[in-house]
Amino acid sequence: MNFLTGTEAERRLLPGGTVRSPTPYVIAIMTFAMMIVASAGLALANAAGIVAGAVENRYVLQLSDGGKLDAAVRAALATPGVAGVEPVPEAEMRKTLEKWLGPAGLGEDLPVPALVHLELAPGAQLDRVRAGLARAVPGARFIAEQATVQPLLGSLRALRWLAVALVLLMALATSAAVVLAARGALDTHRSTIEIMHGIGATDEQVALLFQRKIALDAMVGALAGGLIAALALLLIGGGGLAMASDLAGGPPLGGGDFLLLALLPVAAVVLATLVARFAVLSALHKVI
Amino acid sequence: MRYGTGAEVLRDLDFRLANGGFYFLTGPSGAGKTSLLQLLYLARRPTRGRIQLFGQDLTDAPRDVLPDYRRRIGVVFQDFRLIRHLSAFDNVALPLRITGKSDAELEGPVREMLAWVGLADRASARPPTLSGGEQQRVAIARAVISQPELLVADEPTGNVDAEMAARLLHLFTALNRLGTTVVVATHDIGLIARTPGAQLIRLEKGSLTDPTGGLRNPPPSPVQVR
Repeated sequence: MNFLTGTEAERRLLPGGTVRSPTPYVIAIMTFAMMIVASAGLALANAAGIVAGAVENRYVLQLSDGGKLDAAVRAALATPGVAGVEPVPEAEMRKTLEKWLGPAGLGEDLPVPALVHLELAPGAQLDRVRAGLARAVPGARFIAEQATVQPLLGSLRALRWLAVALVLLMALATSAAVVLAARGALDTHRSTIEIMHGIGATDEQVALLFQRKIALDAMVGALAGGLIAALALLLIGGGGLAMASDLAGGPPLGGGDFLLLALLPVAAVVLATLVARFAVLSALHKVI
Repeated sequence: MRYGTGAEVLRDLDFRLANGGFYFLTGPSGAGKTSLLQLLYLARRPTRGRIQLFGQDLTDAPRDVLPDYRRRIGVVFQDFRLIRHLSAFDNVALPLRITGKSDAELEGPVREMLAWVGLADRASARPPTLSGGEQQRVAIARAVISQPELLVADEPTGNVDAEMAARLLHLFTALNRLGTTVVVATHDIGLIARTPGAQLIRLEKGSLTDPTGGLRNPPPSPVQVR
Protein backbone atom coordinates (compact mmCIF):
# COMPACT_ATOMS: atom_id res chain seq x y z
CA MET A 1 0.00 0.00 0.00
CA ASN A 2 2.93 2.31 0.74
CA PHE A 3 3.99 1.98 -2.89
CA LEU A 4 0.66 3.47 -3.88
CA THR A 5 0.16 6.05 -1.18
CA GLY A 6 3.75 6.73 -0.08
CA THR A 7 4.93 6.79 3.50
CA GLU A 8 3.13 8.79 6.15
CA ALA A 9 5.92 11.37 6.06
CA GLU A 10 5.56 11.69 2.28
CA ARG A 11 1.82 12.13 2.62
CA ARG A 12 2.42 14.91 5.14
CA LEU A 13 4.51 16.79 2.55
CA LEU A 14 1.47 17.38 0.32
CA PRO A 15 -1.48 17.88 2.62
CA GLY A 16 -5.06 18.16 1.40
CA GLY A 17 -7.60 15.37 1.36
CA THR A 18 -9.00 13.69 -1.73
CA VAL A 19 -12.54 15.01 -1.26
CA ARG A 20 -11.33 18.60 -1.25
CA SER A 21 -9.69 18.27 -4.66
CA PRO A 22 -11.80 18.61 -7.83
CA THR A 23 -9.82 15.84 -9.56
CA PRO A 24 -11.80 12.85 -8.23
CA TYR A 25 -15.08 14.49 -9.20
CA VAL A 26 -13.88 15.29 -12.73
CA ILE A 27 -12.53 11.77 -13.18
CA ALA A 28 -15.73 10.24 -11.76
CA ILE A 29 -17.85 12.18 -14.27
CA MET A 30 -15.53 11.34 -17.16
CA THR A 31 -15.37 7.65 -16.23
CA PHE A 32 -19.16 7.51 -15.94
CA ALA A 33 -19.63 9.16 -19.35
CA MET A 34 -16.92 7.02 -20.96
CA MET A 35 -18.52 3.81 -19.72
CA ILE A 36 -22.00 4.78 -20.88
CA VAL A 37 -20.78 5.86 -24.32
CA ALA A 38 -18.53 2.82 -24.63
CA SER A 39 -21.36 0.45 -23.71
CA ALA A 40 -23.59 2.12 -26.31
CA GLY A 41 -20.83 1.78 -28.90
CA LEU A 42 -20.28 -1.87 -28.04
CA ALA A 43 -24.00 -2.61 -28.18
CA LEU A 44 -24.21 -0.96 -31.61
CA ALA A 45 -21.21 -2.92 -32.83
CA ASN A 46 -22.81 -6.15 -31.60
CA ALA A 47 -26.12 -5.25 -33.22
CA ALA A 48 -24.34 -4.57 -36.52
CA GLY A 49 -22.54 -7.89 -36.20
CA ILE A 50 -25.80 -9.75 -35.50
CA VAL A 51 -27.59 -8.11 -38.43
CA ALA A 52 -24.64 -8.72 -40.79
CA GLY A 53 -24.36 -12.34 -39.61
CA ALA A 54 -28.06 -12.95 -40.05
CA VAL A 55 -28.08 -11.88 -43.71
CA GLU A 56 -24.60 -13.07 -44.59
CA ASN A 57 -25.73 -16.06 -46.75
CA ARG A 58 -29.18 -14.84 -47.59
CA TYR A 59 -30.20 -13.78 -51.09
CA VAL A 60 -33.43 -12.88 -52.84
CA LEU A 61 -34.53 -14.01 -56.25
CA GLN A 62 -36.80 -11.32 -57.66
CA LEU A 63 -39.17 -12.21 -60.50
CA SER A 64 -41.14 -9.54 -62.34
CA ASP A 65 -43.62 -12.20 -63.45
CA GLY A 66 -45.22 -13.93 -60.45
CA GLY A 67 -46.35 -16.79 -62.69
CA LYS A 68 -42.80 -18.07 -62.83
CA LEU A 69 -42.62 -18.59 -59.08
CA ASP A 70 -42.98 -22.38 -59.10
CA ALA A 71 -40.39 -22.76 -61.82
CA ALA A 72 -38.03 -20.52 -59.92
CA VAL A 73 -38.48 -22.51 -56.71
CA ARG A 74 -37.82 -25.79 -58.53
CA ALA A 75 -34.73 -24.34 -60.22
CA ALA A 76 -33.44 -22.99 -56.93
CA LEU A 77 -33.91 -26.32 -55.17
CA ALA A 78 -32.03 -28.03 -57.97
CA THR A 79 -29.11 -25.59 -57.90
CA PRO A 80 -26.06 -26.90 -56.04
CA GLY A 81 -25.08 -24.68 -53.10
CA VAL A 82 -28.63 -23.55 -52.29
CA ALA A 83 -29.41 -24.78 -48.77
CA GLY A 84 -32.84 -23.25 -48.28
CA VAL A 85 -35.63 -21.89 -50.47
CA GLU A 86 -38.52 -19.87 -49.09
CA PRO A 87 -40.99 -18.33 -51.55
CA VAL A 88 -42.94 -15.32 -50.35
CA PRO A 89 -46.67 -16.16 -50.69
CA GLU A 90 -48.60 -14.11 -53.24
CA ALA A 91 -51.07 -13.00 -50.56
CA GLU A 92 -48.24 -11.50 -48.56
CA MET A 93 -46.91 -9.72 -51.64
CA ARG A 94 -50.36 -8.29 -52.31
CA LYS A 95 -50.63 -7.13 -48.70
CA THR A 96 -47.38 -5.29 -49.16
CA LEU A 97 -48.57 -3.77 -52.39
CA GLU A 98 -51.79 -2.69 -50.70
CA LYS A 99 -49.76 -0.55 -48.31
CA TRP A 100 -48.42 1.37 -51.30
CA LEU A 101 -51.27 1.22 -53.80
CA GLY A 102 -54.32 0.94 -51.56
CA PRO A 103 -57.18 -1.47 -52.44
CA ALA A 104 -55.93 -1.47 -56.06
CA GLY A 105 -53.00 -3.54 -54.85
CA LEU A 106 -55.36 -6.43 -54.15
CA GLY A 107 -56.84 -6.46 -57.67
CA GLU A 108 -56.59 -9.76 -59.48
CA ASP A 109 -55.71 -8.00 -62.72
CA LEU A 110 -52.62 -6.40 -61.22
CA PRO A 111 -49.52 -8.44 -62.11
CA VAL A 112 -47.67 -9.18 -58.89
CA PRO A 113 -43.92 -9.80 -58.85
CA ALA A 114 -42.63 -12.78 -56.90
CA LEU A 115 -39.84 -13.07 -54.33
CA VAL A 116 -37.97 -16.18 -53.27
CA HIS A 117 -35.66 -16.07 -50.24
CA LEU A 118 -32.60 -18.24 -50.73
CA GLU A 119 -30.10 -19.37 -48.16
CA LEU A 120 -26.80 -20.52 -49.54
CA ALA A 121 -24.81 -23.29 -47.93
CA PRO A 122 -21.55 -22.19 -46.27
CA GLY A 123 -18.80 -22.24 -48.87
CA ALA A 124 -21.23 -22.21 -51.79
CA GLN A 125 -19.79 -20.70 -54.95
CA LEU A 126 -21.86 -17.61 -55.48
CA ASP A 127 -21.00 -17.17 -59.17
CA ARG A 128 -22.09 -20.70 -59.99
CA VAL A 129 -25.36 -20.29 -58.10
CA ARG A 130 -26.02 -16.96 -59.81
CA ALA A 131 -25.23 -18.42 -63.27
CA GLY A 132 -27.34 -21.54 -62.63
CA LEU A 133 -30.37 -19.48 -61.60
CA ALA A 134 -29.92 -17.07 -64.49
CA ARG A 135 -30.04 -20.02 -66.90
CA ALA A 136 -33.05 -21.62 -65.20
CA VAL A 137 -35.07 -18.42 -64.64
CA PRO A 138 -34.06 -15.88 -67.29
CA GLY A 139 -34.76 -12.28 -66.34
CA ALA A 140 -34.82 -12.94 -62.56
CA ARG A 141 -32.77 -10.63 -60.35
CA PHE A 142 -30.44 -12.21 -57.83
CA ILE A 143 -29.95 -9.77 -54.90
CA ALA A 144 -27.80 -10.17 -51.77
CA GLU A 145 -29.82 -9.22 -48.65
CA GLN A 146 -26.63 -7.73 -47.24
CA ALA A 147 -26.81 -5.08 -49.95
CA THR A 148 -30.33 -4.22 -48.80
CA VAL A 149 -29.31 -3.68 -45.19
CA GLN A 150 -26.00 -2.05 -46.09
CA PRO A 151 -27.20 1.52 -45.25
CA LEU A 152 -28.32 0.30 -41.81
CA LEU A 153 -25.03 -1.52 -41.24
CA GLY A 154 -23.14 1.57 -42.41
CA SER A 155 -25.02 3.74 -39.91
CA LEU A 156 -24.44 1.28 -37.09
CA ARG A 157 -20.71 1.13 -37.87
CA ALA A 158 -20.50 4.92 -38.09
CA LEU A 159 -22.22 5.21 -34.71
CA ARG A 160 -19.76 2.67 -33.25
CA TRP A 161 -16.80 4.74 -34.47
CA LEU A 162 -18.51 7.86 -33.17
CA ALA A 163 -18.66 6.19 -29.75
CA VAL A 164 -14.94 5.30 -29.99
CA ALA A 165 -14.15 8.91 -30.93
CA LEU A 166 -16.24 10.18 -28.01
CA VAL A 167 -14.45 7.88 -25.57
CA LEU A 168 -11.09 9.11 -26.91
CA LEU A 169 -12.23 12.74 -26.64
CA MET A 170 -13.31 12.16 -23.06
CA ALA A 171 -9.96 10.55 -22.32
CA LEU A 172 -8.34 13.64 -23.81
CA ALA A 173 -10.54 15.90 -21.67
CA THR A 174 -9.62 13.81 -18.61
CA SER A 175 -5.94 14.26 -19.46
CA ALA A 176 -6.42 18.01 -19.81
CA ALA A 177 -8.19 18.12 -16.44
CA VAL A 178 -5.35 16.15 -14.85
CA VAL A 179 -2.75 18.50 -16.37
CA LEU A 180 -4.64 21.47 -14.89
CA ALA A 181 -4.92 19.70 -11.54
CA ALA A 182 -1.20 18.88 -11.58
CA ARG A 183 -0.29 22.47 -12.43
CA GLY A 184 -2.62 23.73 -9.72
CA ALA A 185 -1.06 21.37 -7.19
CA LEU A 186 2.43 22.49 -8.28
CA ASP A 187 1.45 26.14 -7.78
CA THR A 188 -0.10 25.40 -4.39
CA HIS A 189 2.99 23.54 -3.22
CA ARG A 190 5.59 25.67 -5.03
CA SER A 191 7.42 26.66 -1.85
CA THR A 192 7.60 23.04 -0.71
CA ILE A 193 9.04 22.03 -4.08
CA GLU A 194 11.62 24.84 -3.98
CA ILE A 195 12.71 23.80 -0.52
CA MET A 196 12.90 20.15 -1.50
CA HIS A 197 14.92 20.98 -4.61
CA GLY A 198 17.15 23.24 -2.55
CA ILE A 199 18.10 20.44 -0.19
CA GLY A 200 18.75 17.92 -2.92
CA ALA A 201 15.46 16.27 -3.86
CA THR A 202 15.41 14.97 -7.41
CA ASP A 203 12.63 15.69 -9.90
CA GLU A 204 11.73 12.03 -9.66
CA GLN A 205 11.18 12.31 -5.88
CA VAL A 206 9.05 15.43 -6.25
CA ALA A 207 7.08 14.00 -9.20
CA LEU A 208 6.38 10.80 -7.29
CA LEU A 209 4.64 12.77 -4.52
CA PHE A 210 2.28 14.46 -6.99
CA GLN A 211 1.87 11.34 -9.10
CA ARG A 212 0.77 9.34 -6.06
CA LYS A 213 -1.62 12.03 -4.92
CA ILE A 214 -3.27 12.33 -8.34
CA ALA A 215 -3.31 8.53 -8.80
CA LEU A 216 -5.16 8.22 -5.50
CA ASP A 217 -7.62 10.96 -6.51
CA ALA A 218 -8.11 9.27 -9.89
CA MET A 219 -8.65 5.91 -8.24
CA VAL A 220 -11.37 7.27 -5.97
CA GLY A 221 -13.00 9.11 -8.90
CA ALA A 222 -12.79 6.20 -11.35
CA LEU A 223 -14.19 3.78 -8.78
CA ALA A 224 -17.13 6.07 -8.00
CA GLY A 225 -17.80 6.87 -11.67
CA GLY A 226 -17.46 3.22 -12.66
CA LEU A 227 -19.86 2.03 -9.97
CA ILE A 228 -22.47 4.64 -10.87
CA ALA A 229 -22.14 3.76 -14.57
CA ALA A 230 -22.49 0.04 -13.80
CA LEU A 231 -25.57 0.77 -11.73
CA ALA A 232 -27.05 2.93 -14.50
CA LEU A 233 -26.39 0.25 -17.12
CA LEU A 234 -27.97 -2.34 -14.89
CA LEU A 235 -31.06 -0.20 -14.27
CA ILE A 236 -31.47 1.02 -17.86
CA GLY A 237 -30.34 -2.08 -19.71
CA GLY A 238 -31.34 -4.76 -17.23
CA GLY A 239 -35.06 -4.69 -17.91
CA GLY A 240 -34.76 -4.54 -21.66
CA LEU A 241 -31.91 -7.02 -21.90
CA ALA A 242 -34.07 -10.09 -22.56
CA MET A 243 -36.25 -8.22 -25.04
CA ALA A 244 -33.18 -6.82 -26.80
CA SER A 245 -31.75 -10.32 -26.98
CA ASP A 246 -34.95 -11.63 -28.59
CA LEU A 247 -35.19 -8.76 -31.03
CA ALA A 248 -31.58 -8.72 -32.09
CA GLY A 249 -31.02 -12.44 -31.93
CA GLY A 250 -28.25 -12.08 -29.36
CA PRO A 251 -27.34 -10.17 -26.19
CA PRO A 252 -26.43 -6.50 -26.75
CA LEU A 253 -23.29 -6.89 -24.61
CA GLY A 254 -21.19 -10.01 -24.22
CA GLY A 255 -18.73 -11.15 -21.53
CA GLY A 256 -15.80 -9.58 -23.36
CA ASP A 257 -17.67 -6.29 -23.58
CA PHE A 258 -18.30 -6.25 -19.82
CA LEU A 259 -14.61 -6.95 -19.25
CA LEU A 260 -13.70 -4.07 -21.55
CA LEU A 261 -16.11 -1.77 -19.71
CA ALA A 262 -14.66 -2.87 -16.37
CA LEU A 263 -11.17 -2.03 -17.65
CA LEU A 264 -12.16 1.54 -18.54
CA PRO A 265 -11.88 2.89 -14.94
CA VAL A 266 -8.51 1.16 -14.62
CA ALA A 267 -7.42 2.77 -17.89
CA ALA A 268 -8.62 6.15 -16.57
CA VAL A 269 -6.46 5.78 -13.45
CA VAL A 270 -3.41 4.70 -15.45
CA LEU A 271 -3.93 7.58 -17.90
CA ALA A 272 -4.36 10.14 -15.10
CA THR A 273 -1.24 8.88 -13.32
CA LEU A 274 0.92 8.96 -16.45
CA VAL A 275 -0.38 12.38 -17.50
CA ALA A 276 0.22 13.75 -13.98
CA ARG A 277 3.77 12.40 -14.00
CA PHE A 278 4.47 13.89 -17.42
CA ALA A 279 2.92 17.26 -16.49
CA VAL A 280 4.84 17.51 -13.21
CA LEU A 281 8.17 16.45 -14.71
CA SER A 282 7.85 18.89 -17.60
CA ALA A 283 6.96 21.70 -15.18
CA LEU A 284 9.92 20.83 -12.96
CA HIS A 285 12.28 20.86 -15.92
CA LYS A 286 11.60 24.57 -16.30
CA VAL A 287 13.23 25.36 -12.96
CA ILE A 288 16.97 25.09 -12.35
CA MET B 1 25.25 37.31 -12.71
CA ARG B 2 22.06 39.13 -13.56
CA TYR B 3 18.34 38.51 -13.02
CA GLY B 4 16.53 38.42 -16.34
CA THR B 5 17.43 41.49 -18.38
CA GLY B 6 18.31 43.58 -15.32
CA ALA B 7 21.70 44.99 -14.42
CA GLU B 8 24.47 42.69 -13.28
CA VAL B 9 24.23 42.06 -9.54
CA LEU B 10 27.57 40.24 -9.37
CA ARG B 11 30.57 40.82 -11.61
CA ASP B 12 34.29 40.17 -11.79
CA LEU B 13 34.28 37.76 -8.86
CA ASP B 14 37.25 35.46 -8.71
CA PHE B 15 37.98 33.58 -5.52
CA ARG B 16 38.49 30.12 -4.09
CA LEU B 17 37.24 28.73 -0.81
CA ALA B 18 39.60 26.39 0.98
CA ASN B 19 38.31 22.97 1.87
CA GLY B 20 37.48 23.17 5.58
CA GLY B 21 37.70 26.96 5.67
CA PHE B 22 35.43 29.30 7.62
CA TYR B 23 34.30 32.41 5.77
CA PHE B 24 32.19 35.38 6.60
CA LEU B 25 30.53 37.15 3.70
CA THR B 26 29.85 40.78 4.48
CA GLY B 27 28.83 43.90 2.72
CA PRO B 28 26.07 46.47 2.72
CA SER B 29 22.50 45.56 1.87
CA GLY B 30 22.10 45.07 -1.86
CA ALA B 31 25.77 44.26 -2.33
CA GLY B 32 24.92 40.85 -3.77
CA LYS B 33 25.56 38.59 -0.75
CA THR B 34 22.38 36.55 -1.17
CA SER B 35 22.94 36.27 -4.93
CA LEU B 36 26.47 34.99 -4.32
CA LEU B 37 25.17 32.47 -1.79
CA GLN B 38 22.52 31.34 -4.31
CA LEU B 39 25.32 30.61 -6.77
CA LEU B 40 27.11 28.67 -4.03
CA TYR B 41 24.16 26.50 -3.09
CA LEU B 42 23.26 25.94 -6.76
CA ALA B 43 19.93 27.74 -6.72
CA ARG B 44 21.05 29.82 -9.71
CA ARG B 45 23.47 29.55 -12.56
CA PRO B 46 25.87 32.37 -13.44
CA THR B 47 24.86 34.28 -16.58
CA ARG B 48 28.54 34.40 -17.48
CA GLY B 49 31.74 33.10 -15.95
CA ARG B 50 32.25 29.74 -14.31
CA ILE B 51 31.49 28.13 -10.98
CA GLN B 52 33.25 25.07 -9.63
CA LEU B 53 32.15 23.10 -6.58
CA PHE B 54 33.68 19.97 -5.13
CA GLY B 55 36.22 19.93 -7.95
CA GLN B 56 33.57 19.93 -10.67
CA ASP B 57 32.66 22.67 -13.08
CA LEU B 58 28.92 23.01 -12.50
CA THR B 59 28.30 26.08 -14.65
CA ASP B 60 26.49 24.15 -17.35
CA ALA B 61 26.01 20.88 -15.47
CA PRO B 62 22.85 19.04 -16.46
CA ARG B 63 20.10 19.66 -13.92
CA ASP B 64 19.78 15.98 -13.08
CA VAL B 65 23.28 15.92 -11.54
CA LEU B 66 22.63 18.96 -9.33
CA PRO B 67 20.65 17.15 -6.58
CA ASP B 68 23.71 15.04 -5.74
CA TYR B 69 25.77 18.19 -5.21
CA ARG B 70 22.97 19.98 -3.35
CA ARG B 71 22.86 17.10 -0.86
CA ARG B 72 26.47 17.91 0.01
CA ILE B 73 25.51 21.49 0.84
CA GLY B 74 23.59 22.68 3.89
CA VAL B 75 21.71 25.94 3.47
CA VAL B 76 20.28 28.30 6.06
CA PHE B 77 18.02 30.61 4.11
CA GLN B 78 17.55 34.22 5.17
CA ASP B 79 13.78 33.67 5.27
CA PHE B 80 14.23 30.20 6.85
CA ARG B 81 12.10 28.49 4.17
CA LEU B 82 10.57 25.97 6.48
CA ILE B 83 7.66 23.93 5.22
CA ARG B 84 4.78 25.48 7.13
CA HIS B 85 2.57 22.41 7.35
CA LEU B 86 5.34 20.12 8.64
CA SER B 87 6.41 19.88 12.25
CA ALA B 88 9.86 21.06 13.35
CA PHE B 89 10.84 17.39 13.50
CA ASP B 90 9.73 16.71 9.92
CA ASN B 91 11.43 19.87 8.66
CA VAL B 92 14.73 18.86 10.21
CA ALA B 93 14.32 15.27 9.03
CA LEU B 94 13.64 16.26 5.42
CA PRO B 95 17.26 16.18 4.13
CA LEU B 96 17.73 12.72 5.65
CA ARG B 97 14.45 11.46 4.20
CA ILE B 98 15.49 12.75 0.77
CA THR B 99 18.66 10.67 0.98
CA GLY B 100 16.54 7.62 1.75
CA LYS B 101 17.00 7.26 5.52
CA SER B 102 14.21 5.35 7.23
CA ASP B 103 12.21 6.79 10.12
CA ALA B 104 14.08 4.50 12.53
CA GLU B 105 17.45 5.71 11.24
CA LEU B 106 16.66 9.41 11.42
CA GLU B 107 14.70 9.53 14.69
CA GLY B 108 17.79 9.70 16.93
CA PRO B 109 19.86 12.22 14.97
CA VAL B 110 16.90 14.55 14.48
CA ARG B 111 15.94 14.50 18.19
CA GLU B 112 19.57 15.11 19.09
CA MET B 113 19.87 18.01 16.67
CA LEU B 114 16.63 19.58 17.94
CA ALA B 115 17.95 19.27 21.49
CA TRP B 116 21.19 20.93 20.41
CA VAL B 117 19.39 23.97 19.08
CA GLY B 118 17.21 24.04 22.20
CA LEU B 119 13.98 22.87 20.57
CA ALA B 120 13.64 19.34 21.97
CA ASP B 121 10.25 20.17 23.44
CA ARG B 122 9.05 21.91 20.26
CA ALA B 123 9.61 18.95 17.92
CA SER B 124 5.96 18.60 16.99
CA ALA B 125 5.30 22.34 16.65
CA ARG B 126 4.67 23.73 13.21
CA PRO B 127 6.61 26.79 11.97
CA PRO B 128 3.70 29.26 12.19
CA THR B 129 3.50 28.54 15.92
CA LEU B 130 7.25 29.07 16.43
CA SER B 131 8.91 32.42 17.11
CA GLY B 132 11.31 33.88 14.54
CA GLY B 133 14.30 32.71 16.56
CA GLU B 134 12.88 29.22 16.91
CA GLN B 135 12.21 29.02 13.18
CA GLN B 136 15.76 30.10 12.52
CA ARG B 137 17.09 27.35 14.78
CA VAL B 138 14.95 24.77 13.00
CA ALA B 139 16.35 26.03 9.69
CA ILE B 140 19.89 25.71 11.03
CA ALA B 141 19.21 22.23 12.38
CA ARG B 142 17.87 21.21 8.96
CA ALA B 143 20.96 22.63 7.25
CA VAL B 144 23.47 20.79 9.40
CA ILE B 145 21.63 17.51 10.12
CA SER B 146 23.27 15.70 7.22
CA GLN B 147 26.75 17.02 8.10
CA PRO B 148 27.24 18.77 4.77
CA GLU B 149 30.63 19.35 3.17
CA LEU B 150 29.68 22.98 2.56
CA LEU B 151 27.42 25.00 4.85
CA VAL B 152 26.00 28.23 3.47
CA ALA B 153 24.12 30.44 5.90
CA ASP B 154 22.41 33.72 5.09
CA GLU B 155 22.16 35.88 8.24
CA PRO B 156 21.79 32.81 10.47
CA THR B 157 21.79 34.75 13.73
CA GLY B 158 19.59 37.63 12.65
CA ASN B 159 16.62 36.58 14.75
CA VAL B 160 18.21 35.05 17.84
CA ASP B 161 19.51 36.54 21.06
CA ALA B 162 23.22 36.88 21.77
CA GLU B 163 23.36 33.70 23.81
CA MET B 164 21.73 31.62 21.07
CA ALA B 165 23.90 33.34 18.44
CA ALA B 166 26.99 32.23 20.34
CA ARG B 167 25.58 28.72 20.65
CA LEU B 168 24.86 28.53 16.92
CA LEU B 169 28.28 29.89 16.09
CA HIS B 170 29.70 27.17 18.28
CA LEU B 171 27.71 24.63 16.23
CA PHE B 172 29.13 26.05 13.01
CA THR B 173 32.71 26.00 14.29
CA ALA B 174 32.23 22.44 15.57
CA LEU B 175 31.05 21.41 12.13
CA ASN B 176 33.93 23.31 10.60
CA ARG B 177 36.38 21.41 12.79
CA LEU B 178 34.87 18.20 11.41
CA GLY B 179 35.81 19.39 7.91
CA THR B 180 32.75 21.32 6.74
CA THR B 181 33.51 24.46 4.78
CA VAL B 182 31.36 27.23 6.24
CA VAL B 183 30.25 30.43 4.50
CA VAL B 184 28.17 32.76 6.65
CA ALA B 185 26.67 35.97 5.28
CA THR B 186 26.26 38.39 8.17
CA HIS B 187 26.23 41.98 9.30
CA ASP B 188 27.07 40.88 12.85
CA ILE B 189 30.57 42.20 13.52
CA GLY B 190 30.52 40.53 16.95
CA LEU B 191 30.02 37.16 15.33
CA ILE B 192 33.01 37.72 13.07
CA ALA B 193 35.12 38.89 15.97
CA ARG B 194 34.30 35.75 17.96
CA THR B 195 35.56 33.46 15.19
CA PRO B 196 39.35 33.53 15.06
CA GLY B 197 40.82 32.13 11.89
CA ALA B 198 37.75 32.91 9.81
CA GLN B 199 38.32 34.78 6.60
CA LEU B 200 36.32 37.66 5.33
CA ILE B 201 34.78 38.07 1.90
CA ARG B 202 33.46 41.56 1.41
CA LEU B 203 31.12 42.46 -1.39
CA GLU B 204 30.29 45.96 -2.53
CA LYS B 205 28.03 46.69 -5.49
CA GLY B 206 28.40 43.15 -6.70
CA SER B 207 32.18 43.09 -6.69
CA LEU B 208 34.69 41.67 -4.30
CA THR B 209 36.71 43.93 -2.02
CA ASP B 210 39.41 42.46 0.13
CA PRO B 211 39.86 44.41 3.34
CA THR B 212 41.79 41.71 5.17
CA GLY B 213 43.92 40.23 2.46
CA GLY B 214 42.81 36.91 3.79
CA LEU B 215 41.69 35.65 0.43
CA ARG B 216 44.72 36.81 -1.49
CA ASN B 217 46.62 33.53 -1.22
CA PRO B 218 44.09 30.89 -0.27
CA PRO B 219 45.07 27.23 -0.01
CA PRO B 220 44.05 24.87 -2.85
CA SER B 221 40.42 24.04 -2.53
CA PRO B 222 37.75 21.82 -4.04
CA VAL B 223 35.33 24.69 -3.48
CA GLN B 224 35.88 27.34 -6.06
CA VAL B 225 33.88 30.24 -7.31
CA ARG B 226 35.11 32.15 -10.27
